Amino acid sequence: MDEETRRGPVSGRTWAKLAGIMLVSSVVGVAIGLALDWFPVQGATVAHKIDTFWDVLLIVSIPIFCAVSTVIGFSIFRWRMRPGEEKLDGPPIHGDTRLEVVWTAIPSVVIAALCAYAVVLLLDIQQSPAKGTRVVDVTGQQFAWTFKVDAGGKPVNANRLVLPIGEAVEFRVHSKDVLHDFWVPAFRLKVDAVPGITTHYSVTPNRLGRFDVVCAELCGLGHAYMRQYVNVVSKARYAQWLATAGGGAVATTPAGGAQAAAPAADGKQIFVAGKPATGAIACGACHTLKAAGTTSATGPNLDAALKTDPVAAIREATVNPGKEIAKGYGANIMPPNYGQTLSPAELDAVTAYIKKSVSG
Amino acid sequence: MPLQLRVPGWYRAALFIALGIAVAYALSTGLRAAFGVDPVLSGESVLQIALLITPLFFLVGIGCFDQWFRWFAGKTVVNDHADHGAKSWKDYFKVNTDHKVIGIQYICVSFFFMFVGGLMAMLIRAELAQPGRQFMDAQTYNGVFSVHASVLIFLFVIPVFAGIANYVLPLMIGAPDMAFPRLNALSFWMLPTAGVMMMLSFLAPGGAFASGWTAYAPLSVNAPIGQTFFTIAVQFAGASSIATALNFLVTIITMRAPGMTFFRMPLLVWANFSTSLLVVIATPFIAASQFMVLLDRALGFNFFDWNQNGDVLMYQHIFWFYSHPAVYIMMLPGFGIVSEILATKARKPIFGYRMMAFSLLAIVVLGFTVWAHHMFVSGMADWIRIPMMITTSIIAIPTGIKIFSWVATLWRGVLHLDTPMLWALGFLTMFTLGGISGVMLAMVPLDIHVSDTYFIVAHIHYVLFGGSLFTIFAGIYYWFPKMTGRMIDERLGKLHFWLTLVAFNVTFAPMHLIGVQGMPRRVSDYAQEFATWNLIESIASFVLGLSTLIFLYNIISSWRSGPLAGANPWRALTLEWQVSSPPPIFNFDAVPTVVGGPYEYGVPGAIHGIFAGADTHAGPEPAAVPAGADAPPRHSATEEE
Repeated sequence: MDEETRRGPVSGRTWAKLAGIMLVSSVVGVAIGLALDWFPVQGATVAHKIDTFWDVLLIVSIPIFCAVSTVIGFSIFRWRMRPGEEKLDGPPIHGDTRLEVVWTAIPSVVIAALCAYAVVLLLDIQQSPAKGTRVVDVTGQQFAWTFKVDAGGKPVNANRLVLPIGEAVEFRVHSKDVLHDFWVPAFRLKVDAVPGITTHYSVTPNRLGRFDVVCAELCGLGHAYMRQYVNVVSKARYAQWLATAGGGAVATTPAGGAQAAAPAADGKQIFVAGKPATGAIACGACHTLKAAGTTSATGPNLDAALKTDPVAAIREATVNPGKEIAKGYGANIMPPNYGQTLSPAELDAVTAYIKKSVSG
Repeated sequence: MPLQLRVPGWYRAALFIALGIAVAYALSTGLRAAFGVDPVLSGESVLQIALLITPLFFLVGIGCFDQWFRWFAGKTVVNDHADHGAKSWKDYFKVNTDHKVIGIQYICVSFFFMFVGGLMAMLIRAELAQPGRQFMDAQTYNGVFSVHASVLIFLFVIPVFAGIANYVLPLMIGAPDMAFPRLNALSFWMLPTAGVMMMLSFLAPGGAFASGWTAYAPLSVNAPIGQTFFTIAVQFAGASSIATALNFLVTIITMRAPGMTFFRMPLLVWANFSTSLLVVIATPFIAASQFMVLLDRALGFNFFDWNQNGDVLMYQHIFWFYSHPAVYIMMLPGFGIVSEILATKARKPIFGYRMMAFSLLAIVVLGFTVWAHHMFVSGMADWIRIPMMITTSIIAIPTGIKIFSWVATLWRGVLHLDTPMLWALGFLTMFTLGGISGVMLAMVPLDIHVSDTYFIVAHIHYVLFGGSLFTIFAGIYYWFPKMTGRMIDERLGKLHFWLTLVAFNVTFAPMHLIGVQGMPRRVSDYAQEFATWNLIESIASFVLGLSTLIFLYNIISSWRSGPLAGANPWRALTLEWQVSSPPPIFNFDAVPTVVGGPYEYGVPGAIHGIFAGADTHAGPEPAAVPAGADAPPRHSATEEE
């Protein structure tokens, strides 16, 4: 290509090539974008709609990036300064009204279309639940979730969320202290738990299994550990669960005596790893205990703080942490729900383990 | 050394800091004794008062107010310009009224905080390299990411733009200095105060402020005393930016050279004009929000205490009414920088100059209508989400106009692919990505899923790192010859660019993916499934950190011994390149007259400003002319070819 044409206007053939590059890079880009496994499993009826919406967003936006990059790349390739051009200036093009109208109009249309799609989808998501929809009260507090379901006029409190498959449920979300955010990634929906007001959303779970419940709003020291699970079960099992739970026993923990004879709870295991199934956070996540090898300083060092305490006092401090706050540490930092998330046998095991460890 | 304690300077500043602490102590104990509060001595009370007043004492001690005090006292002030311009490096550590000295002070202090904030980013990535706890407990981790964000936003991105504009803006419009040089000095000296305060919070009992840079109530209201360091530091950083913005507005409106009409101003001036409007209107809102938190904390005002009929959501509305426009405060000056560089380095006029200016103003206006898109899952009324989604998406249109116009500026240009240009082109591509993920986030149904996840972390870093920081590097490399009189090492500059571009993308691109997959942000620990990507991000982030050392070395060595630059190494047309490098103490020996547009590259015989000298003007021509009283244009500034 001689100098004349390289610096001259761009020919139709080159335009066609450019369009070709844009098209190919867009197709490849979109293909990669769609091939990636973006989302967690779809656990509710709205999930696939939101995933499809994401695919549409990718299909619209990747070509925009490819087009802009192609023109930049082509300009660099074709018009970068070559030796001998040090004093050369480009043509004094100040603008082009037609072009500017086009690149104002096209994005406007795209934006309008996306907004319309989003509004329709949003109205679908936030549809008010039908009358008689099951209501679950979700309460966030530093750093645990608790749940309350209405079982035929009788409230059932639970530390783990259990839902029947295929039935709509409305979450009414509350907070006892600071902001939290009730998020089930598999359901694709979240809402802040705001002290003083009740927030809500509705979903219809459509997949059996255990899904993460995540706190998505920074709520303090234990924010990262404020995780629980939701179990989506068959309607029959749900009814069974409700009956047991409604019977007064703690929801998810096998009740007392009968189970105590079962495999002995491992105190060290609970201390180091917690009991994710019920939402019991590992003691070691916040406390230093030499024997367990944990080193966190979020809470008091147990080797020092509990050195002389009897087992009963350790147990009391675990179940009822607000009663006595160690000097230099804030109140309401330790989860207050170990009495519910751990069975009596497990509590015995973990406190015995702590006692044994601190007294060396 | 009684004399040293009387003249402005560091000795007197140290004395005044001690004095400030003593006054805080006396005030606190005195008031508590008078009202019978028990105990009379309260460390927290003394500390909070000291945080408020010691910086003021420091500013008096260092000498920001000396001239004003003399003036209030009715003394005749003979201005010998002793505090104007730098004769040795020591003058950069004193109160100085020269906009060029202040510009360099701003830039150096901001970059110091960039390295501090960047180091914290690397600590964060080190902790996140693997699931579980590496070396930071939750309190330390929350503190580090909160200070990281606050320092980089309030002490780096916002002020470094103010610093660059401080240096080049008066030169670009043909003014001898800013409109209010002493206010300018005061604005600068408030900054290190705010920065030091944020860093000191690590020493506070209970640790550094740990409720994020957003400091949402009620978490911030109940947090340990470290939070107060943030609350008060933001007041000083905010006051600094408001004063600077006022200064820019008055300077731009009243101090343009003859012939410099609004539509002959370089786009950097337009960009800072728009930014200053945003700052003046929006920044008081964050000041208010933090004062409310302070009053809640210290005096129990219960603005945000829901047990006392306070309103938790109100905090977020006030906060974001500032902090969304703040995103544009951190982006528009970069748009200005990139416009300068692309025109000069492509040797072409900016495509669609007027639309470029109007789109800035459109972003200013629209920027105030979108704040609640940060609150789609906050529990506010559902219906607000739809109008906020629409206004947010509309901002993509003026932003798109800018991106397409920059790209069209490249078309058929003569592209000089040196370091400033590479950064500008890097900005164009990276910011396009950040803009696209911004439109995605505006879409409520998607935002409900990805808000408060790593997708947000990815988006904000594509906008503030790939966007703002790339333009900052571009601007520093571009004006380095003007500021220092020396050329930068091109090879190191290019190495810095390529290393940063690659490491930046490897660090932040995967965050989009793990965010959508469900990793929440602001967590020191995460689920096993995200471990691989996090490790890759952490490794890349260390490369990213190391790449800034190349920049640091390049700047220092080029400043000491780079080849001499001459007045106009880029053959640019704007006025700052028509004077020596560095410019004379009052910028122009003769007031320039502007006769054409700033980017008339390729127009035969085009001139932006002429320096006819004093002989063409009968009598002294004031530097400032009212807008509109300008010479007839030599070149049509319309967009026809």
